[in-house]
Amino acid sequence: MKAPKIAFFDFSCCEGCQLQMANLGDFLLDILEIVDLVEFRETMSEKWEGVYDLAVVEGSITTPHDVERIKKIRQRSKTLIAYGSCATIGGINGMKNNFDLREIKNYTYGEEARFFETIPTRPVHEVVQVDYFVHGCPIYPPEFVEVLKCALNDLPYSVPDVAVCVECKFNENVCLYERGITCLGPITRAGCNSWCINNGNLCYGCRGIVTNPNRQGFKDVLERYHMDLDFIIKRMDMYNSCELLLKSNKTENNHGKER
Amino acid sequence: MAKNVKINVEYLTRVEGHGNIVINVEDGSLKECRLEIVESPRFFEGMLRGRSIFEAQHITSRICGICACGHTLTSIQAAEDAIGFTPSIQTLKLRQLLLNMEILDSHILHIYLLVAPDLLGVKSFVPLIDTHNHVVRRALRMKKTCNDVCDILVGRHIHPISCTVGGFTKLPREKNLQAMLNLLEAMIPDLEQTVELVSSLKFPEFVPEFERDTEYVGLVSDNGEYPLLTGDAIGSSEGARMDKKYYKKVTNEFVVPYSTAKHTRWNRESYMVGALARLNLNYNKLCPEAKKMGDILGMNRKVTNPYLNTAAQLVECAHCLYHGIGILKDLMQTGIIYEEEIVVGLNEQKRIPVKAGSGVGAVEVPRGILFHHYEIDDNGRIQNANCVIPTGQNLNNIIHDMIKLVPEILNKSEEEITLLLEMLVRAYDPCISCSAHFLNVKFVRQ
Repeated sequence: MKAPKIAFFDFSCCEGCQLQMANLGDFLLDILEIVDLVEFRETMSEKWEGVYDLAVVEGSITTPHDVERIKKIRQRSKTLIAYGSCATIGGINGMKNNFDLREIKNYTYGEEARFFETIPTRPVHEVVQVDYFVHGCPIYPPEFVEVLKCALNDLPYSVPDVAVCVECKFNENVCLYERGITCLGPITRAGCNSWCINNGNLCYGCRGIVTNPNRQGFKDVLERYHMDLDFIIKRMDMYNSCELLLKSNKTENNHGKER
Repeated sequence: MAKNVKINVEYLTRVEGHGNIVINVEDGSLKECRLEIVESPRFFEGMLRGRSIFEAQHITSRICGICACGHTLTSIQAAEDAIGFTPSIQTLKLRQLLLNMEILDSHILHIYLLVAPDLLGVKSFVPLIDTHNHVVRRALRMKKTCNDVCDILVGRHIHPISCTVGGFTKLPREKNLQAMLNLLEAMIPDLEQTVELVSSLKFPEFVPEFERDTEYVGLVSDNGEYPLLTGDAIGSSEGARMDKKYYKKVTNEFVVPYSTAKHTRWNRESYMVGALARLNLNYNKLCPEAKKMGDILGMNRKVTNPYLNTAAQLVECAHCLYHGIGILKDLMQTGIIYEEEIVVGLNEQKRIPVKAGSGVGAVEVPRGILFHHYEIDDNGRIQNANCVIPTGQNLNNIIHDMIKLVPEILNKSEEEITLLLEMLVRAYDPCISCSAHFLNVKFVRQ
């Protein structure tokens, strides 16, 4: 079997997810034995002109140039993986959408603001078709490896669509609500092995909201522990602004899918 | 000699983030010399407005995957400075350990995966898997060790979880301290072999001969400590000193016609930050093992060849490794005080009172001194935020290097000139993905 040609690309992001690859250690070499890595700008100067069997895309789409570039990558790729919150749900970059774009541009860059082109942040699948999603900020390496195996063998991968609480219970963490602390675990997609709560922090919702969140149940929890709904909403917009705004702006249809 | 050279390197590779180099020589004189940043802006400073001071670490860590711990520590320092919170000695030790791991990890990535291919004449580390398999394995092994230590210490290296304003949400148990110590001690032979490898490389085949004395800027200390996490002032090789609260008097951002980025300067035409600057300022404060390696590598003098920043990074690797081991041994002896564990979320407000104020964080991260500055209201919400990134401070210095270097190498082929310039930029280990978010970059319309 000919080794599949695989390429890594990054858009607006911190490039932390591609660094997670380098942190796989020897295991990375095992992967490189079975694939033909043709592009990875951060660590390679080589360029490839042909078709990619697999494109792995990190980062959000935030400029007109990004839109053109991702469309070209999609055209040249048989399969496309979006990985990391920026790519899969807009992530931290989506916080920008809560501001007037001109205002935030002027605030950050002052008189040079006009040299920066920017459009509302979009996750990759809002612009082109995505075949596999690896959520998380950063990605959870075991899940990435699992998805990579599926993609290379043309098998489906289903993102766990239950709340982080499920994994958190398996890990025997004391529920943060019991300690008087709000947490987005009850409405956030699992798959991270409740990474943050295991380490004494809370869930910030980086993997996105489950498809069918138990809204009433969550409201009950907030009520039972006398938690403020506004506080939770403010916390949700850290990673999930793109999705929340998309839902509230559905009629405007300015996030339409382009292929 | 009249000569025309036009160089345009688009998408400079093997750097963090996206950058272009543009050089234009007409009739033997340099007409244009630019280092452009093409990264999409992300507006972090704007997005921070209205967020809680307790969220700033989580958000700003996401500025950069490679300096996530550096941004974390600087953000925390600025936040604590703003609310007047003094961290405990134990907290400072653990933070210093985290910073050591970050610098070690980042330098290894830079030395082995980003610079070594230039020295060995290949385009990336991928061909090295076949030709220098044991070297690649060593690099990945060392990198993984740093990563594994961070996993134990803060949950993960990229976007650390348990390191927050006030301290740590989870403190390492005794067996965790032992595990980290074992990991670091096992790394010593690999580090020694790295020094052996690098010291076997000869001038000028591997390191270009080029000298330009400039101003070197970094944290300085009044005691014997090699200042990374905290220092007593921002210092300069010109003898100047400045309290971190007046960091803007050091950076002095200004616009120049021949470049697209806003530049910085203090007492000379440009200044350099990073490993080489730190060594030039604080060499005698390195731990003995690092000094020994510095002596082997000939770094025990004022070094003005910027290509040697990579060698300075290697010396710092030794410092961070041995200093980290020292912290762990110290903590194992004194024991960890678990009462200091921080509870996140609403309880934070009760344990750590907030008040309106302004705070500055100044930390030596892998690429140089990083500043975060927040102004907060009575409720601990950020009103204004400013960050000045090491790469942004180095840009002006890189361009001044190029202006001196290009005329010296005009007799070489365009290909060789391009490689020498790319190697120069890479030597600074620029993290453009950081700097683009904050630098005022002017794109030339064509």
